[in-house]
Amino acid sequence: MEHVNWELVDWSRAQFALTALYHWIFVPLTLGLSFMLAIMETIYVKTGDKKWLKIEKFWLRLFGINFAIGVATGIILEFEFGTNWSNYSWFVGDIFGAPLAIEGIMAFFMESTFVAIMFFGWNKISKKAHLAATWLTALGTNLSALWILAANGWMQNPIGMKFNPDTMRNEMDNFWEVLFNPVAVNKFVHTITSAYTFAALFVIAVSAYLLLKGKDKAYAKYSMLIASVFGFIGIAATIITGDGSAKQVAKYQPMKLAAMEGLRSGSRGAPLIAIGKPKHTGDKDLTKAVADDFKGKDQLDVSIEGFEIPYGLSVLAFNDPNAFVPGVNDLVYGNEKEGIPSYKERIKSGKISIEALANYKKAKKAGDAMKAEGYLKTFKAHFKDFGYGYFDGHDMNELIPPIAISFMSFHTMVILGTWFLIFFPLIFWAVMKNKIEKKKWLLRLGVLGIFLGLIVQEAGWITAEAGRMPWVIQDLMPTMVAVSHIESAGVMLTFFLFFVTFTALLIAELKIMSTTIKKGFNN
Amino acid sequence: MFEALSYENLQIYWWVIMALLGGFLVFLLFVQGGQTLMDKLSNNETEKTIIVNITGHKWEFTFTTLVVFGGAFFASFPLFYSTSFGGAYWVWYAILFAFILQAVSYEYRKKQHNVLGSKTFETFLKFNGFAAPFLLGVAVSTMFTGSLFSINKANIVHLGSNFEAVISQWQTSWHGLEALWTTSHLAFLQNILLGLAVLVLARLNALLYIRKMTDNKNILAKIDKCVPRHSILFLVLFLTWFIRLLFIDGFAINPENNEVYMQAHKYFNNLIENPISLIILLIGLVGVLYGLYLANFKKEAKAFWYAGIGTILTVMAVFFMAAFNHTAYYPSTYDLQSSLTLANSSSSHYTLVAMSYVSLMVPFVLAYIIWAWRALDFHKINEKELEQETEKY
Repeated sequence: MEHVNWELVDWSRAQFALTALYHWIFVPLTLGLSFMLAIMETIYVKTGDKKWLKIEKFWLRLFGINFAIGVATGIILEFEFGTNWSNYSWFVGDIFGAPLAIEGIMAFFMESTFVAIMFFGWNKISKKAHLAATWLTALGTNLSALWILAANGWMQNPIGMKFNPDTMRNEMDNFWEVLFNPVAVNKFVHTITSAYTFAALFVIAVSAYLLLKGKDKAYAKYSMLIASVFGFIGIAATIITGDGSAKQVAKYQPMKLAAMEGLRSGSRGAPLIAIGKPKHTGDKDLTKAVADDFKGKDQLDVSIEGFEIPYGLSVLAFNDPNAFVPGVNDLVYGNEKEGIPSYKERIKSGKISIEALANYKKAKKAGDAMKAEGYLKTFKAHFKDFGYGYFDGHDMNELIPPIAISFMSFHTMVILGTWFLIFFPLIFWAVMKNKIEKKKWLLRLGVLGIFLGLIVQEAGWITAEAGRMPWVIQDLMPTMVAVSHIESAGVMLTFFLFFVTFTALLIAELKIMSTTIKKGFNN
Repeated sequence: MFEALSYENLQIYWWVIMALLGGFLVFLLFVQGGQTLMDKLSNNETEKTIIVNITGHKWEFTFTTLVVFGGAFFASFPLFYSTSFGGAYWVWYAILFAFILQAVSYEYRKKQHNVLGSKTFETFLKFNGFAAPFLLGVAVSTMFTGSLFSINKANIVHLGSNFEAVISQWQTSWHGLEALWTTSHLAFLQNILLGLAVLVLARLNALLYIRKMTDNKNILAKIDKCVPRHSILFLVLFLTWFIRLLFIDGFAINPENNEVYMQAHKYFNNLIENPISLIILLIGLVGVLYGLYLANFKKEAKAFWYAGIGTILTVMAVFFMAAFNHTAYYPSTYDLQSSLTLANSSSSHYTLVAMSYVSLMVPFVLAYIIWAWRALDFHKINEKELEQETEKY
């Protein structure tokens, strides 16, 4: 593919990143807070203690403010596959569309129906019916995460389908394989439990703020108690599934792992860099390295320096200290000893596949069944490299994800995740011992927690999505072939339209939220 | 059980579901209609707040139905999703943009320190109220007047440039907005007529719903003044569009070679040759008319339900006319053979079967929506109710 409209590809990617990252500011809070609301209301209904109703209603107000903007930023994502990635939508729509539709039918209706009951039904239905509505809202939000993450997991590890040369697209042949895709299952649990962690950090941050102001102390402490337990369970599950996630990346997306670790050359018994920073071999500083990443240049020059854990990466990736972990160079140039083909070979093989498909079409049209059969055989034999074929005549750098960004977002996620594992028990202990009010430093750390939580959430998304570049569907379709046939100036315009709108709405949301928080529980 | 259905029948089944969703979407646009009436029906801030809260209890249904409409199209007819959303880029983004603004406006309008001010959020609601029904109506009308695009599924093997590898390509840089000024066969007139008809219908249904939901005398008096005018305007707009539809050339498919060609009075023929469409259309229209009769002459609350269910059925019949009886439902006037048909744009047999099992959930979804709807609508919304309510918009 000699002529690529990179401007269009880049603006389309930028717009998707913008809308997804904005949406993801609000979603984790909805996912986690909805369950915490359900727990609080359950305690209220079981004990009849009005205090818990008051506590719940305060968090419900904040939930509502957040929910509205979460919905607003989400609608674009449902349609963006069509508007901006229309080729993708046909090429894999037969598989990818299903989870999106199921998400709507199964989850969105449940969520939106019961959220209305949750807000406006207090004086209109019985206590128990209201409690059921609150639980169903939580279930609905979490179900929606299930389906969209199944869809995302499928892009990272496309299974349960086969290519139909007559319709020129991939078609589903096993629904259960798509749903129970190991990557999807792990991604779902990892993502929702991290969202629970985030929501717990939010509740703790707001409560800590109120305690620092000396307001609504008892309510704040009760809220903190629930959140610290909920958050600890959340972060523990996040870390366990994060380990599972790393193993899957090693298996299905070795280049992503190499980028996450900044591993230039692979080895057996590869060490894990615990803390480090990307550095250009040409002595460029960090900002420059990241800037270059965005431009997609000089990526092979990036190296990582830092503190290493011996054998760590081999164990993390394969549970075996002597396992071979391929680096960027092994994947690009191939490693005969380890049986890894070079990108050059894969590009050649992919091109054979694409050309065989074109010839199959021609032979079929000409009515030459014998010839068509032959081409089809060739096509199938090389199909695993199909997407690489589009890189014929391209710079090899285009096949390497941004290393500095992947490395930093991955490590930010790991380091802060580890901190949360210590943080929640600390809060729990301080509340139980009734020492939390006096420990101003811990309360300040609590307030800080929400910002750290937000960074982790976004870093997780960036690790998953930047690390898999240039693939929209791993090894099958690169971003440059997935885009719509539109003018790049048009996409640029919608990008800025969303940027300005979302930012304005975010500012309004934060202002409303902080006003509501300052008023406290007795509003 | 769905496995036993033929590919063709599965495609029909899914088109019926799309039609049903389309019908519900147009019916639920009464929320948007209500948003455009908040000033017209109120004398003061309290009355405006009553109106906003009445539609506010329901806005998420419309919003969710739109999202599900998009998702279900993706799953069942992905080539439509790919071609229309990727091609008529500006029309769809204008619609989506209007919904983004709506989603926050109810919640933020009356909140302290909302930065942009109540008036701005009300303007957002009005923008959504006018733009969404009008543009959705225009988009539906292009199922009969056609659009400018070409499709070649084999483009994907193009190794020359990524632009040429795109399988569906829109042929004007206006990306859908041209539907408003395409003069060929007076397409613009037809499209705008349906856009306006849907907008007026949304307002009309809103008037009936608000009347059902409040006992505020001032609001009721204003509604009584608005209903007759809206009824007449809607009938004029819709019937002009519909009668013209019966006489224009339509996009027919030759069942022998699947070629698309122009046929005189195609949509009229579709009604005659496919009596189910005709029957549903007639029941729908009678429902709407009876609803309007009840509203204008009896001032009864149940007018809303007759008009509403009539709306759903009428829209379904319109969808049926567009696609059944060998008709291309999303035609291309640029290249007739690129037109989308149920057969060439649908998902695989396997996926349609899987999704059909999913569709069995729809009755359950409808059941809890009806329960929730009734639970919230049991009490009228008025000044007193809003004073007692802790959660309100």
